[in-house]
Order: sequence, then structure tokens, then C-alpha cells
Amino acid sequence: MKKSVTKPAAKKSAVEKKPALNAWDIVQIARHPERPLITDYVKLMCSDFVELHGDRAFGDDKGMLGGFATIGGERVMLIGQRKGATTEEKIAHNFGMASPEGYRKALRLMKLAEKFGIPVVSLVDTPGAYPGADAEARGQAEAIARNLQEMSVLKTPVIVVITGEGGSGGALGIAVGDSVMMLENSVYSVISPEGCASILWRDGKMAPAAAEALQITAASLKKLGIADVVIPEPKGGAHTDKPAAVELVKKAILAQIKELKKLPLPELVERRYAKFSAIGRF
Amino acid sequence: MAWFAKVDAPLRVASDKIWAVCPSCKAYVPREDWNKANKVCPRCNFHDRLSCRERIALLTDKDTFKEINAQVSFNDPLKFSDLSGSYAEKAKGTVAKTGLGESVVTGTADIDKIPVVLGVMDFRFLGGSLGSGTGERILLAAEAALKAKKPLILVCASGGARMHEGIISLMQMAKTCAAIARLKEAGLPYISILSDPTTGGVSASYAMVGDLNLSEPKALIGFAGRRVIEQTIKQKLPDDFQTAEYTLEHGFIDSIVDRSEMKAFLANVLRYAGF
Repeated sequence: MKKSVTKPAAKKSAVEKKPALNAWDIVQIARHPERPLITDYVKLMCSDFVELHGDRAFGDDKGMLGGFATIGGERVMLIGQRKGATTEEKIAHNFGMASPEGYRKALRLMKLAEKFGIPVVSLVDTPGAYPGADAEARGQAEAIARNLQEMSVLKTPVIVVITGEGGSGGALGIAVGDSVMMLENSVYSVISPEGCASILWRDGKMAPAAAEALQITAASLKKLGIADVVIPEPKGGAHTDKPAAVELVKKAILAQIKELKKLPLPELVERRYAKFSAIGRF
Repeated sequence: MAWFAKVDAPLRVASDKIWAVCPSCKAYVPREDWNKANKVCPRCNFHDRLSCRERIALLTDKDTFKEINAQVSFNDPLKFSDLSGSYAEKAKGTVAKTGLGESVVTGTADIDKIPVVLGVMDFRFLGGSLGSGTGERILLAAEAALKAKKPLILVCASGGARMHEGIISLMQMAKTCAAIARLKEAGLPYISILSDPTTGGVSASYAMVGDLNLSEPKALIGFAGRRVIEQTIKQKLPDDFQTAEYTLEHGFIDSIVDRSEMKAFLANVLRYAGF
């Protein structure tokens, strides 16, 4: 009874702060059409980029970009989903939903990075792996599974940045890293809020509630110990000032490369195993 | 009670005790025959789901299975609740109903006198979903196999990741694959048996990276759900899509083995691996 009359207006005016963004707001920012894409990072962050194509087995997946890149003087292997900016591009790159050959291309390039002794930088931004009949036929599950296995023992530093949407297995397929960083307004989830809502709430419109319950924001994932670093974004989100946003990501990547290069490779791989094997141990 | 009132009373015949209905071809089979055939349909050869205990009894030498890490159980890291209530309550109910602590039971056993580490998933436990307890049990099983230099065998039956555990569930895919990668680096065999169904996050992790991937006739195996794919490509999919036979045809399954022959098959191939 008493609760309904405790401290009315007084408290409200004392906290004159804008309400914090909720999980669903952040999902909208993570999917914002103006948000920097991997092509923006290549343009603004890399002084050199040599694109490499193909999985040497079936084809070249345009939903997955990869190649040698120079970031602040550091030579790395850059991989990541390519969403496309315009409608034509989005269709050409399948909205950043990679097919098995995309994951196999990424793995091929990561193995090459291991061979050449350069770090892997993986920029994750995908609604998920492509759920198509042809993707099933060519082994979407196997392609992702193999990447998880191989990345866990890759003998070179792996730096992962969730830049926008970290959509389930399609994200994780290139996200087993020594350092997993998330942009402030990025999300990373086992299932899309819409998908979760339509299964557990039997109503896709309950996505905001699902987003909240799934704890998919960078801040939540930092608390859960999944995101090692949260990279700040310019006020209002990365789309308001792309160069500034990319610069912050570049700085964060270079700091990680510097740290991880100090570790002897066996120790690095051991640390990665310890990191992932401890997740979900209570 | 007047005799005419009884009309509304349901006929109380425990028909499921007398008849089993094949989930695939809908044939009625006497329950006794069905159980005797290890839940394999005599008409269409569909291999129906087994509980983990039934599976263990079929695959291992009598009384050799010893469960390990039974103390590892389900967790609720997100304090998740949805329309139907809290995940913790749901999971507790499942534990009480099935007598299982998680969706996989792991242990050591002999298969035709070959000592192995065996993990068997049980679809009755929240659809065999991959939770943190599941991932931890599988990781510990792989580590036990590594330590004892034994082969690891996992029987999968799962709808995929357990979304009630959010990102922690997703990470179990990476965690289990990392443990299996170490087994392989040590030269130890890992055999995955994809039983009906093996889909989503489980197919996209430990289920698909076996040195041998085996399956049973007509098992459902796939990454994305049929409905999602049909909505994506706006086409109806053929009936045999995502079956074990389809998966073998496309090169991701080594062999489809009848349930009655699986134990002998495992023992035989393990001998090729030097056991």
C-alpha cells in the first residue's frame, strides 16, 4: 500500500537525465542503414587493402570480404561480413548473410595469416548465416563448425570486433578470438529478438521484450564476460560521425594487436582455450 | 450416475501402451514389437528417438557405463523468463520429469571391450538444447578422453542452442569445438553420431566435426529450420530435404548405420584407429 505513494515528483526532477537506451533502441542503432560497414572500415582504417577471393572449392561468397590489410602500419588479415550500402549492393552481398563458401574463404585466409605470422582482424556484422536451401546443401553447419574448431587452435592472434549485428552462429563462425570487442551500440545474440519473440512469446512483435531478456547489448555482454572491451561510439551512434567512429575502432584494434603480440604463440592459444572453456562454467 | 451421462466420459483406453505410432509413416505397431525393435519402424525403417539410457544400453557392454560429471547441471545465467514463465522453473520441471541433470549424459564405458568416453544427448531434456551445462559436460568429456587417451563418441539429438541462456548458450558451440580440436591434435578419434534430430547450433558445432560423422536412417539433420528456409527462398522444399540420406548424398555424413548394427560398427572402426 505504502509503495504507491513513496517519493513522488521530487525524485523525478532530481534525476533530470535522459532515459538510457533500452536493448531494442540499441538493436535499431546496430542495424542503422548509415552505420559504418566493413567497406567503410577498409576505406577509413586501412592504408592498404588487397582483397582475396574464393574458398578454393566452390566459389567466392560476396557476403564475406577478406584480404591483406594495413592498419596503422600493422599488416593483418582482415575478414568480415559485407552487408552492402545500396539496395543493389545489399542484394549482391546477400545482406551480409554468408554462405558456406564464405566461412570456408574466411578460414582459408585465417590459415594463411597463421602461415605468414600476421594477426587476424575479424569485423562481425551479420543478421546470421544464410538460411537457404543451397547453403544447407553445401554444408552451412559443417562450415561454421569447422571454423569454430580451427579458430580455437589458430596459431596467430585473432582480434574480433562486433561492429553492428552479431547474429548467432553466422557471427560466431568468424568470432572465436583472443580478444572479442564490441562497439557500444552493437548487439550479439544466440537468436534474433524477432525470432526469439515468435518462438517464446508466439508473437514477433514482442521483439523488444525478447531483446531485453536475451541481454544482447555490448554493456550486458561485458557484464556476462563475453565482450572483453566495449569500444565507445560518437554521441548518438557510429552513423553520426563515421570517421570518428572508425578511428575509435582502429585505436582499439591496434592496442589489442600490441598486447597480443607480446604473448608467445603457445601461451596465446592456451589463453584462448582457457577463455572459451570457462564460459558457462558456474 | 445415470447411464446416459456416461456418453460424455472419454473412453479410457491407454492406447499408447498398446500401440506405437511411427512418427514418420504413421504406421500402428504393437508397442511390444516397437520396443523390441529398439523403436525402429518395421514398415519404413524410421529410427525413433531414444532416451539416453536406452541408447547407452544399446551401444555399450553391459554394466560398463559409469557416468562422470553428473554434478554439472543446468544454469540460468540471464535469469530468463518469457511468456510461459521462468526458464529456471521450466528446467527444474524437466529435471524432475526426466531424472536428468542436463541434455547430455557423459561417462566412460566399453564398446566391445574398447574403453571409450561416451556422451549421449536426450531430446526429452528441453529439446536436447545446448545449454551451458551441456557444453560443460561435453568439454569435460573431451578433456577426460584426452587425459585417458581414449576415443570420444558423442550421440547428438538436439534442436540447437538453448536460447533461454542467450549468448552463453551460443558460446558453448565454440567451447565444445575447442575441446574437440585438442583431441584431434592429440591424434585421438572423435566419432559423432547425428541422431534424429540434429539441427541448429549443435549441427553447427560438435556434431559436424567428427573424424567420422555417422547417422541413422531418415534422421533430420540441418542448420536452419525448414520453415525459415521456405520463407527465405519462397519455395516449398522436397520431403527428403535435410534427411540423413540427403546429408550423406551431399558429403557430410560418412555412413548411415542401422541402430542394431551401430555398436559393432563403432567397435570395428575404432580398431582401425588402433584401439
